[in-house]
Amino acid sequence: MSHSTAHAAHHPALQHHFDTLEQQQNASTLGMWWFLVTEVLFFGGFFMTYILYRWMYNASFHEASHELNVWLGLFNTAVLIGSSLTMALAVRASKTGEKSQLVMFLILTLLLGSVFLGVKVIEYSEKFTHHLVPGAHFQFHDATLKNGAEIYFSLYFGMTGLHATHMIFGGFVLVPLIVMAARGKFGPAWYTPIELFGLYWHFVDIVWIFLFPLLYLM
Amino acid sequence: MHEVRTNELDSSSAPTTPAVHYLNATHGAASWFFTKDHKRIALLYLYSVSTFFLVGGIFAMLVRLELATPRGDLLSAETYNKVFTAHGVVMVFFFLIPAIPAILGNFLVPLMIGAKDLAFPRINLASWYLYMTGGLFGVAVLVMGGVDTGWTFYTPYSTAASNSHVVLTALGAFVAGFSSIFTGLNFIVTIHTMRAPGMTWDRLPLFIWSHYATSLIMMLGTPVVAVTLMMVVLERTLRLGFFNPDLGGDPVLFQHLFWFYSHPAVYIMVLPGMGVISEIVAAFSRKPVFGYKMVAMASLGIALIGFLVWGHHMFTTSQSVLAAVTFSFLSFLVAIPSAIKVFNWTATLYRGSVLLDSPMLYAIGFIGLFTIGGLTGLFLAAIGLDIHVHDTYFVVAHFHYVMVGGTLLAYLGGLHYWWPKITGKLYSEPWAKTSAVIVFVGFNLTFFPQFVLGYMGMPRRYHAYPAEELSWQVLNVLSSAGASILAIGLFLPLIYLTYAAFRGRPAGPNPWGAYGLEWETTSPPPTANFEVTPIVTKPAYYYAPEEH
Ligand code: HEM
Ligand SMILES: [Cu+2]
Repeated sequence: MSHSTAHAAHHPALQHHFDTLEQQQNASTLGMWWFLVTEVLFFGGFFMTYILYRWMYNASFHEASHELNVWLGLFNTAVLIGSSLTMALAVRASKTGEKSQLVMFLILTLLLGSVFLGVKVIEYSEKFTHHLVPGAHFQFHDATLKNGAEIYFSLYFGMTGLHATHMIFGGFVLVPLIVMAARGKFGPAWYTPIELFGLYWHFVDIVWIFLFPLLYLM
Repeated sequence: MHEVRTNELDSSSAPTTPAVHYLNATHGAASWFFTKDHKRIALLYLYSVSTFFLVGGIFAMLVRLELATPRGDLLSAETYNKVFTAHGVVMVFFFLIPAIPAILGNFLVPLMIGAKDLAFPRINLASWYLYMTGGLFGVAVLVMGGVDTGWTFYTPYSTAASNSHVVLTALGAFVAGFSSIFTGLNFIVTIHTMRAPGMTWDRLPLFIWSHYATSLIMMLGTPVVAVTLMMVVLERTLRLGFFNPDLGGDPVLFQHLFWFYSHPAVYIMVLPGMGVISEIVAAFSRKPVFGYKMVAMASLGIALIGFLVWGHHMFTTSQSVLAAVTFSFLSFLVAIPSAIKVFNWTATLYRGSVLLDSPMLYAIGFIGLFTIGGLTGLFLAAIGLDIHVHDTYFVVAHFHYVMVGGTLLAYLGGLHYWWPKITGKLYSEPWAKTSAVIVFVGFNLTFFPQFVLGYMGMPRRYHAYPAEELSWQVLNVLSSAGASILAIGLFLPLIYLTYAAFRGRPAGPNPWGAYGLEWETTSPPPTANFEVTPIVTKPAYYYAPEEH
């Protein structure tokens, strides 16, 4: 054990200001968890707003949610859960040092993420053609519910847009990770970036698990 | 511990500066702009935060010049709105919030716990770039003609009415907010994972405790204001409706979300200052801080309760009576941990061998001004009184006493206290003492009359006031005169501290004879902070009495 720690201390990934690789991993993991806490609060502002207006405009929200395509939403939920699964498998592969599996699962994650975003584009464009985008051209079949419906769609675009931004960001991080994985940078001694990215990806997934019922089903 | 004060040393044993230290270890602009050394990043912040302070100060002087006469003769109402907004935005987001954490915290957190650097040096550098990006947005706004919403961006004015540059300003604050989040994250992780052997939680300097509490607020509050500013931007640009009553939105919701951050944010400003004061008071009384544990826990208490009182900014809105009474009660509660600190500093001073060096003068000024500011906070937390003085100069005076009297004085005190460590040089003590006195006098002359003005009913944010109210003009002239004195007091340190950095005598590792890890390494410290990792065997503030 003492040998392996001494060995780990010379790992190329060990940065100068840490004493051991273990200390470095603890720091990174703690940092990621705290970052996710800040993310929860970031989305929290939107969720708070949603709760308040849901309460004020219950009927409008109910009616407006019928305009969303539940099937597309359901499909996307499945896609996202699938990507969470491939990501979890990628983390496992990085720990066991199975390089080709790691690369494959990371690519699959990226693909599934892109499918999700592609479906989102279809959904958004449907809203445009149905004049459901808030602003001067907003139309709603029931004029008495229009104000609430407009707020509903503001929240829809705000929340799913923020979520999609997180997905896009994740995609941009995945690409270099795939390259690094293909070059064999990760293995049992050091897989922190993969593990941390996995946490991030699951977080984005969980946010959707809340968004889907709130926006599509209620 | 070598208790001989440097200025009493004879030349034969005069301290010298180490040959290689963090300032001269590498050379060239790139070695600064791409540095990952927390100490150099602290200096990058020092330069940029000071510049913003100067900009904010110029706007403050414009405000005071305008108000010296009752007529709106210097600035039009429109320009005046832009001037006080620029003052508020720059001072709050680009000076008060980053000043102590980003400069002193960055420099000292690793040193004080015996670490080689912060946990994430690259994120630390990125934080500075985020801060600068936010600042550049702010500067761009000023060049393009300014913004007139006030630093609080109240809706629906900010989203539907104002035709000034709200979007870019909000984005600037948004980006700077992420700088603050990442700084907090870095501190928390560093304090958790990188303490030197023996640096247990109950031995952490109070400066570290206060930064720990501050970091929690930065991480838990800032994201909420960030997303709120994002909603403002979305409402303005894409007409997504969140707060606009025309679209069925609720402007008071904006205030709730805004103050959920911005009340705790006042503690982002003042808690690090309290940490500074604890260090200075201990060092210059040669005693451990009285009730160390209580002071440490009070920091966490302030952070916690600070999140529960935001509604006291909304006593005059449609908020329900029950909510108002609850927020009022909770606001009184938050005074308790602050009072604990003030009492414990006083108890530390009591019967200490108090040395009135310049940092100590600032610290004593802090305690006085912060107490006045805090007590008037209690006036405001009482609903009936608040309705009388809400949005008057009484509020302006209150928050300047706590933010300027508190944060700024602590910042200056800390800068003086650690300047020998940062630069390795001693500054002129007589000049430093003089400027501390000028700041104190100028400050009180500026802001005390504003309490009276507010109580008499002068509203804030107006560029003119009735000429018949002669006493109003007298008080305003006093205030403007005080502002000029204050400006002099703030300008002097710029000169003698800069001079000292180049021409001062070498300070040696521990010119104050203070206790703490940062004083055990050379001044300036080497890039890796310590030649060998220190091992801590004694509690914080181990000023053994028999040595004096
Ligand atoms: C500790 C440091 C404190 C700081 C830096 C601070 C800062 C501020 C600021 C900036 C404002 C004005 C916000 C604006 O409208 O632009 C304000 C208002 C207020 N503060 Fe404080 N404050 C502090 C402590 C307290 C305490 C301890 C209390 C109560 C116990 C308090 C109660 C209030 C209330 C009720 C207002 C609203 C007044 C009104 O707008 O009518 N403050 N404070
Ligand atoms: Cu407040």
